[in-house]
Amino acid sequence: MSTIQNFNSIVDPFADTGDTENEPTNYIHIRIQQRNGRKTLTTVQGVPQEFDLKRILKVLKKDFACNGNIVKDEELGDVIQLQGDQRVKVSEFLVSKLQLPKKNIKIHGF
Amino acid sequence: MSDLGFDPSLKKKKKSKKTEEASLSPETESAVGSGNELDDMLVGLKKKKKSKKPVEEFGESEKSKSPEADDLSASLGELSLKKKKKKAAKNKDATDFEQMLEKAGVEETIAAPKEFQSSEAVQASLGLPYDRLLNRFFTILKQNNPELAGDRSGPKFRIPPPVCQREGSKKTLFANVQDIASVLQRSPEHLIQFLFAELGTSGSIDGEKRLVLRGKFQPKQMESVLRRYIIEYVTCKTCKSMNTILKRESANRLHFLSCNACGSTRSVSSIKTGFQAQIGRRKRA
Ligand SMILES: [Zn+2]
Repeated sequence: MSTIQNFNSIVDPFADTGDTENEPTNYIHIRIQQRNGRKTLTTVQGVPQEFDLKRILKVLKKDFACNGNIVKDEELGDVIQLQGDQRVKVSEFLVSKLQLPKKNIKIHGF
Repeated sequence: MSDLGFDPSLKKKKKSKKTEEASLSPETESAVGSGNELDDMLVGLKKKKKSKKPVEEFGESEKSKSPEADDLSASLGELSLKKKKKKAAKNKDATDFEQMLEKAGVEETIAAPKEFQSSEAVQASLGLPYDRLLNRFFTILKQNNPELAGDRSGPKFRIPPPVCQREGSKKTLFANVQDIASVLQRSPEHLIQFLFAELGTSGSIDGEKRLVLRGKFQPKQMESVLRRYIIEYVTCKTCKSMNTILKRESANRLHFLSCNACGSTRSVSSIKTGFQAQIGRRKRA
């Protein structure tokens, strides 16, 4: 109690973090891409490192009854790919099950 | 361009007129004379002509109905006049500051709120609720100065609905990108870049400057994407105006949105495509 936890970090909160424009990083982007015909693909980019993507994918695949996989991207990290338009469902999952703030989730596409 | 856009102006005008009549009728019923007075006070010098007309009409109709009502209204008018005088007298010996101001020659600007104050009491005594008066004020303001009433559906910023045609089975022709970009005062390249990133697709511009997108898209879907573009890259967050310009600061390579209406500036993020899944044939390593 004698020490305030928030002030313990050595990091200067006012330090320049470099390019703030390109590094909001905590955003989770959910996108949709059209494949041939009326088939679509949903990608989830930017899920925080502390989560086990493999386990999440397993649950998502079962819940949404779709196939999916994890793609490793050099710049953007691991990305979850799901078949079909699962954007709204994924967003709901991230908010309710992983307690991620809704304002950090950006749903793209039409 | 306005032909293409839906035109709410006609409908709106009709509506506002109706509401004005509706708001007028109860006042005239209660007191014709004072209603007339109030009208003058509320509307101000400029709009006297316009506002007087409907009231006079109402007054005439009242007369034809019953002469007794006329007498009543006259007496009511006197009543309100008396009250006004009282208030005015009160106001005169209000504060030194006001007197100073009056001396300084700001009588005109001060006279308006004074009248309003006195009219407030009159309103209360006659049972004219604030809501109705406020509605009246806004309908009149909308008729005469739509810009001030926050009505941005002026001819300049009416965005034509996106025109999408199918091109073959796999492509979509977005015919009026150029028009939409020019209405939004953005470069078509910027808008197209956003569309590509958001729809996760690619495309090209054909000979007639129309956009050819890979994939099938409905006009409705395009509209929702356009709406997001407008929120992010066109509207001013401070005053919600769409009269803005997007500038690129060469010093820090950031894009800034500056508002022509209120002058505020905010930075906008650059368009990022993000992760693009490999679709179709996989490239061979
Ligand atoms: Zn503004």
